[in-house]
Amino acid sequence: MYNRILLATDGSEHAIRACEQAVQLAANNPNASITVLYVVDGATSKTDVLHHSNTIDLEQSRREKLTISERRIKEKDIAYDIEMLHGEPGPTIVKYANENRFDVCVIGSRGLNSLQEMVLGSVSHKVAKRVECPVLIVK
Amino acid sequence: MTISTIKQEWFSNIKGDVLAGIVVALALIPEAIAFSIIAGVDPMVGLYASFCIAVVIAFTGGRPGMISAATGATALLMGSLVAEHGLQYLLATTILTGLIQLAFGFGRVARLMKFIPRSVMIGFVNALAILIFTSQLPHFEGATWVMYAMVAGALAIIYLLPRLTTVVPAPLVAIVVISAIAIFTGSDVLAVGDMGELSQSLPLFLIPNIPFAFETLTIIFPYALGIAVVGLIESFLTAQIVDDMTDTDSNKNTEAKGQGIANVVSGFFGGMAGCAMIGQSVINVKSGGKGRLSTLVAGVFLMLLIIVFNDLLVQIPMAALVGVMFMVSIGTFDWSSLTNLHKMPRADAVVMIVTVAAVVYTHNLAIGVVIGVVLSAIFFAAKISKIYVQGIMVEGGNKKVYKITGQLFFASVTEFTKQFDYKENVDHIELDFGQTHLWDDSAVGAIDKVILKYQEEGKKVSVIGLNDESHALVEKRATYHKPAAKIANH
Repeated sequence: MYNRILLATDGSEHAIRACEQAVQLAANNPNASITVLYVVDGATSKTDVLHHSNTIDLEQSRREKLTISERRIKEKDIAYDIEMLHGEPGPTIVKYANENRFDVCVIGSRGLNSLQEMVLGSVSHKVAKRVECPVLIVK
Repeated sequence: MTISTIKQEWFSNIKGDVLAGIVVALALIPEAIAFSIIAGVDPMVGLYASFCIAVVIAFTGGRPGMISAATGATALLMGSLVAEHGLQYLLATTILTGLIQLAFGFGRVARLMKFIPRSVMIGFVNALAILIFTSQLPHFEGATWVMYAMVAGALAIIYLLPRLTTVVPAPLVAIVVISAIAIFTGSDVLAVGDMGELSQSLPLFLIPNIPFAFETLTIIFPYALGIAVVGLIESFLTAQIVDDMTDTDSNKNTEAKGQGIANVVSGFFGGMAGCAMIGQSVINVKSGGKGRLSTLVAGVFLMLLIIVFNDLLVQIPMAALVGVMFMVSIGTFDWSSLTNLHKMPRADAVVMIVTVAAVVYTHNLAIGVVIGVVLSAIFFAAKISKIYVQGIMVEGGNKKVYKITGQLFFASVTEFTKQFDYKENVDHIELDFGQTHLWDDSAVGAIDKVILKYQEEGKKVSVIGLNDESHALVEKRATYHKPAAKIANH
């Protein structure tokens, strides 16, 4: 049984599909809890700060990105919490996952082709390589 | 400042700070040279400025981990001053800029930041990006295909190399590779050495050689004020971004004072005015820099590189620098504001575009910000000046109750007074201000006018629902409840 589930998310469609899988893993397991992890990277920081007049506003808009995932988890009455960290997404997810001893890490993949992957880099690939627990990559 | 905060801000992250500082120093060199050329001065002026500002701000700044040096935003304001009056006036302007920023810092200027709307800030960065881009175009005049090929090559390295490795900054590799090609092929493209002198000496303390007269002040003060404002706006924005990236808070007024001291020092040591740099600060934090040590290392290492590699620096082809500036421009522009333009509130989009247009037209970021702030203030006043008056007949047509909803102030009073029918056939008029706030004399005057007009028609008027503040204003300024009141009083 997977009790401690880490859901790494960026609020995108791929992340919402990953959330559905995390919910399935937790379903029918009263001990299961999901930690929703959102990592704000440097480039996002710049755009976000530029587009929000104060930190309260900014915080709220980031929480809003996670509302769909949050709702899916709530519907199934699964225990959950939300964690927001700052840094490079790949390494930050790896560090958090390894330090907090999760049973499984669920992450969405953007489904890039090989050229896009070379240019954009794949967070899910980095996470899969370096996280110590089993990793579920959702297409 | 206690020992423990000094320890925390300086020495809590020594390895990360030193490495990040070195990366930033390498990334700073091409920008400092290119920004000097934008300002129309020798490359040394920008390099000295970057050294002085980075070193001083490491001690005096309010945001550990933020990188300040010679910047495009400030350099763009200097061009006409240098062209008309020369370097000595620029150095004096730099010192005056610092003094103004210091005064702003003591005047707690940071709290004014909240009055600059986001749409103006977005316009600011977009205009900055456009100006940096267009400032590079003259380098193409009369250039051969070699120049174009080198710029394209530099951009290819800048954008593709980070996919393979991020150990060395890609712009630096681009500079090295393009310089090597230029040197070995003996191509005769313009190089940094052709743009001005690049000396190997450390900066010296000098008092700018200008006439100390009032006339001098009238020349440099407008420039200094503009640079001071633009420098602080970019510094505050950068500080907010670093705050967010590191999830910590920082003292913006200390930062303003720190920027001031750094610019004063820069001016006395032959440097131009600068401010915090968004791009470099992001590079610093991403490279693991968090503390003040990273900024200090960046400044010191930059100076070391200039002294050691001086002979090579003069041979850097302009094409490579143009490539780096294109990257800076692309990185500065807020692309999400283009893709989301149709989703932005119409007024915000107009403010953003007008800010950009004003800057591009005047080549002055400070003017653009002022125009943007004024325009958004007008839009805001227009938005909240909508006032609704709803009349309801009660008591079998003897009494009419007017419910007033909205803000009553100078911009909404005309609309307000027009919405009453003074000739209607009732005995008693009741004005319900429960959903209103009275803000100024115009508001009181408007109420007076309405009530006195009704009284002239022989109707009884009562006022209800004023909130405490509005009531106090009415007590103090209104005339309708005082004897011998007449409309003519207003």
